[in-house]
Amino acid sequence: MQEFLQQMVNGLSLGAIYALIALGYTMVYGIIMLINFAHGDIMMVGAYIGFFAVAVLGTNIFVAMALAMVTCAVLGVVIEKVAYKPLRNSTRIAALITAIGVSLFLEYTTIFFLTPNQRVYPAEAFPVTNYHVMGLTLSSKDIFVFVSAVVLMIILQYIIKRTKTGKAMRAVSLDKEAAMLMGINVDKTISITFAIGSALAAAAGVMMGIYYNSINPLMGIIPGLKAFVAAVLGGIGIVPGAMVGGFVMGILETLVSGYGSSLYRDAVAFGVLIIILLIKPTGLFGKNTGEKV
Amino acid sequence: MLEVQEIDVYYGAIHALKKLSISVEEGSIVTLIGANGAGKTTTLKTISGLLRPRSGSIKFKNQELTNVPPEKIVGLGICHVPEGRRVFPSMTVMENLEMGAYLRKDKKQIAKDLETVFARFPRLKERQKQLAGTLSGGEQQMLAIGRALMANPQLLLMDEPSMGLAPLLVKEIFEIIKDINARGTTILLVEQNANMALSIADKAYVIETGEIVLQGTAQELMNSEQVKKAYLGG
Ligand SMILES: Nc1ncnc2c1ncn2[C@@H]1O[C@H](COP(=O)(O)OP(=O)(O)OP(=O)(O)O)[C@@H](O)[C@H]1O
Ligand SMILES: [Mg+2]
Repeated sequence: MQEFLQQMVNGLSLGAIYALIALGYTMVYGIIMLINFAHGDIMMVGAYIGFFAVAVLGTNIFVAMALAMVTCAVLGVVIEKVAYKPLRNSTRIAALITAIGVSLFLEYTTIFFLTPNQRVYPAEAFPVTNYHVMGLTLSSKDIFVFVSAVVLMIILQYIIKRTKTGKAMRAVSLDKEAAMLMGINVDKTISITFAIGSALAAAAGVMMGIYYNSINPLMGIIPGLKAFVAAVLGGIGIVPGAMVGGFVMGILETLVSGYGSSLYRDAVAFGVLIIILLIKPTGLFGKNTGEKV
Repeated sequence: MLEVQEIDVYYGAIHALKKLSISVEEGSIVTLIGANGAGKTTTLKTISGLLRPRSGSIKFKNQELTNVPPEKIVGLGICHVPEGRRVFPSMTVMENLEMGAYLRKDKKQIAKDLETVFARFPRLKERQKQLAGTLSGGEQQMLAIGRALMANPQLLLMDEPSMGLAPLLVKEIFEIIKDINARGTTILLVEQNANMALSIADKAYVIETGEIVLQGTAQELMNSEQVKKAYLGG
């Protein structure tokens, strides 16, 4: 039991990271029906910006995260304007292929300029302490990742539910034409969605750096895929679904590697996904109860 | 107030509006009637900027609209209640109404207009926390109208507001349209229910396959043999 709880705790921080990435997938899908395959790579760029902020500029981790978020928000908006917007009225497969192109572009541009070698987040970026609570070991890393992810998710929920911009995002995702008739600027709203999604991915990237210590230009691929799966698991386009899906993926992954073999963790995680989707093809949060963004 | 002059609108190769001209005088109710597929919705969408005419001009209070994006057209005072209501289903009634006032910043006046909308549609007030998608058809139509009124429009474009409603409700909706007009909003009303539309309108146009084939005062059209035969059931 103790062991099980410990695994759950470990899974929570990983799950929080997946959830943050999954949110960007789901928000972008909700608003323009595009699976943004470059999303994991935006996370990677965020991880690098965080790395340079800490290692070169010597900022603390919060400033590093903020810098990564702002830069990636801009990057996300530029990608949308340059690569996706011209394709908005073309077929979805064309946009999807473009997204894969953008993904490769980000990966190999990073490799070109920064070499394919991994970099290690400096130890002083985040001092690790272990706390022992009721027989469980909690690392300051896990606490930091979990708490900051949850804070970001609460802020996101607030924006989506309460602010005029958030309501406009929901309106655009539900009915673009009707949204225009309200005076909502659809292009601007789509940009804001990319900005927010990319900023969340950047935060997740910095968290990845802290969580795994090392980063590399291809680090976005597998977590990006898993976060995408998490978004589908929760019901693509549904914000709370992405959060829950992310946590489910993270916890599942740590449980499998804790009890079975870490060799099987991805296979089992994806196996569970297939089973859930066989039973409920629209994902855990379905269409009827869910809220699209 | 609104001058649509010889607009041509295409969907790809389909020539949907052919040199169509209509004019709407300030303070009046003008109706555009016609059969399915005649081009009524296309006309309204072109006025509100969702579609662009290939040629011709649309002037609102002497300002050319054909290059103005739809969200700016709303800001100029034209609001469009679209065909099929198009409320935001997974947003609450209240949020839908807030979206109607999206461009406005005058909080006090917005609050007042909200009270006016609630006074006109008490149902909406009772159901303000309910998701719009769970409202009945009639309630959704009221919400769509209320949402448009929240923009405080000078010109209201209405696309078949009576569609799919029970006769009693149709009457109520037309009463409401008359009342909105009486309080100073100009109305361009698209309808298949020609009887009802002509009974409240000042002026009317008949559209067939993208062309205006008949126009006149509502009274004239009501007495026209052609209209009687084609649109008023004999
Ligand atoms: N998106 C579209 N693409 C191609 N053709 C279209 C499109 N929308 C409308 N049309 C065509 O343009 C013509 C006019 O359509 P419109 O919707 O304006 O008719 P309407 O008078 O509003 O009809 P209804 O009373 O059925 O709503 C029709 O022939 C229709 O098939
Ligand atoms: Mg129509």
